[in-house]
Amino acid sequence: MIELHNVHKAFGSNRVLRGVNLTIPSATSLVIIGGSGTGKSVALKCILGLVRPDSGTITLDGQDVTRGDRDAFLARFGMLFQGGALFDSLPVWQNVAFRLLRGSLKRPLPEAREIAIEKLRRVGLKPDVADKFPAELSGGMQKRVGLARAIAAEPEIIFFDEPTTGLDPIMAGVINDLIREIVTEMGATAMTITHDMTSVRAIADNVAMLHDGVIKWTGPVSEMDHSGDPYLDQFIHGRAEGPIEAVR
Amino acid sequence: MSFILGFLASIGRTVLAGLAAIGRIALFAADTISQLARPPFYFREFLHALVQIGWLSLPVVGMTALFTGGALALQIYAGGARFNAETVVPSIVAIGLTRELGPVLGGLMVAARVASSIAAEIGTMKVTEQIDALTTLSTNPMKYLTLPRVLAATLAVPVLVGVGDVLGIMGGFLVGVGRLDFGAATYLHNTIDFLETWDVVSGLIKGAAFGFIVALMGCYYGMNSGRGAQGVGRATKSAVVAASVLILASNYLLTELFFAS
Repeated sequence: MIELHNVHKAFGSNRVLRGVNLTIPSATSLVIIGGSGTGKSVALKCILGLVRPDSGTITLDGQDVTRGDRDAFLARFGMLFQGGALFDSLPVWQNVAFRLLRGSLKRPLPEAREIAIEKLRRVGLKPDVADKFPAELSGGMQKRVGLARAIAAEPEIIFFDEPTTGLDPIMAGVINDLIREIVTEMGATAMTITHDMTSVRAIADNVAMLHDGVIKWTGPVSEMDHSGDPYLDQFIHGRAEGPIEAVR
Repeated sequence: MSFILGFLASIGRTVLAGLAAIGRIALFAADTISQLARPPFYFREFLHALVQIGWLSLPVVGMTALFTGGALALQIYAGGARFNAETVVPSIVAIGLTRELGPVLGGLMVAARVASSIAAEIGTMKVTEQIDALTTLSTNPMKYLTLPRVLAATLAVPVLVGVGDVLGIMGGFLVGVGRLDFGAATYLHNTIDFLETWDVVSGLIKGAAFGFIVALMGCYYGMNSGRGAQGVGRATKSAVVAASVLILASNYLLTELFFAS
């Protein structure tokens, strides 16, 4: 279980997180929604240690994430970045098997390649993609390679940062289904950031709405449409009028 | 009065910002060097950097040295003629190239080619979240990206300087024999007789220092690149300018250290 307690983070005078409290139970899928620039990615990066919070605590299974063996901590995570964040200089299979080619999870080269090809197949890509370079792939294929990399080492916890941004509706549906399948099949804990309400309904067990640096509403996805929260209502219905200012 | 205070405050801010930048670069350098003592070492990345920085810089450094050697021979001949000292051309070309021009021009050419390319590559990785991806994949970016490049440049640039020395002397030889009527044997004899081991070694040490500076600046500005194409462009420009200025400044300090008596 991941717990954020009163997490604050500011960049200069811009106070992005102003006391975030959030709990993500194990083996569930939480989706964080909220407008652009409300700190969703910052919250996610705070958990991974890519950004250091100014105050507050973040724990994983009761352990403070800033203490202990960092490699062992990160080995429990997989992450799909918004733009894929594939390494341009490496062929696709080495991107997918990156973690399996070095460090504590290192495997022999043929075995790592075999696992990479299996993970590519898992996300609907053919083996001939393995030897291509990321620049040779379409946006949707890059996203799927990123997804294959996120699950290659079979992590306990997977983060998805805007997994369907920039994709056409069909490809977005494919990615949503893949994420749901992978999370269910692997029994992983998932945390997703998205603006895409179709994704929210496809992926989430629970939803959290982040606004003004705090969690405005959190609950099961089934209760999202009847929450009575004006912020959440405005966001999920995409209304220009409401408590959330359209110009930020 | 307020104008004077404002002026003094702006000078103070500039000095403080400069000192802070020096501090950050020093910490970055210390972090890079400290990675040497801690496994793992990414040997494939190191070999790749060695080829990119060393082998692929050979043509540009070689051509620079060759033409500089030739031009130097012409200049020294013209200057020496005023004192009836034309015979010093071979020895001055050799000493000038090995001690100063070889390492400095080689370092500047590598700075233009390598610091820019490293800063652009790492800066692009930063803005496309590839550096964050490395971290989440349990790989320290300093160890994976910075150390191999800095080590490769520190080892490769002295070799480039050595090759540049040979080609530069050859440029002087070709001009001396072809244009200035030196005998080939006399030219070579004068070059070898007046050249000391320390002339060459001091230049190679300078080359190692310049290689370290070039790769360090490329990595530092790449890692601290701002967002977007403009951020990467600014990082690339800053890396080349900082590397060039530091090469010239450290060249003076090393010359003072090696040759001031």
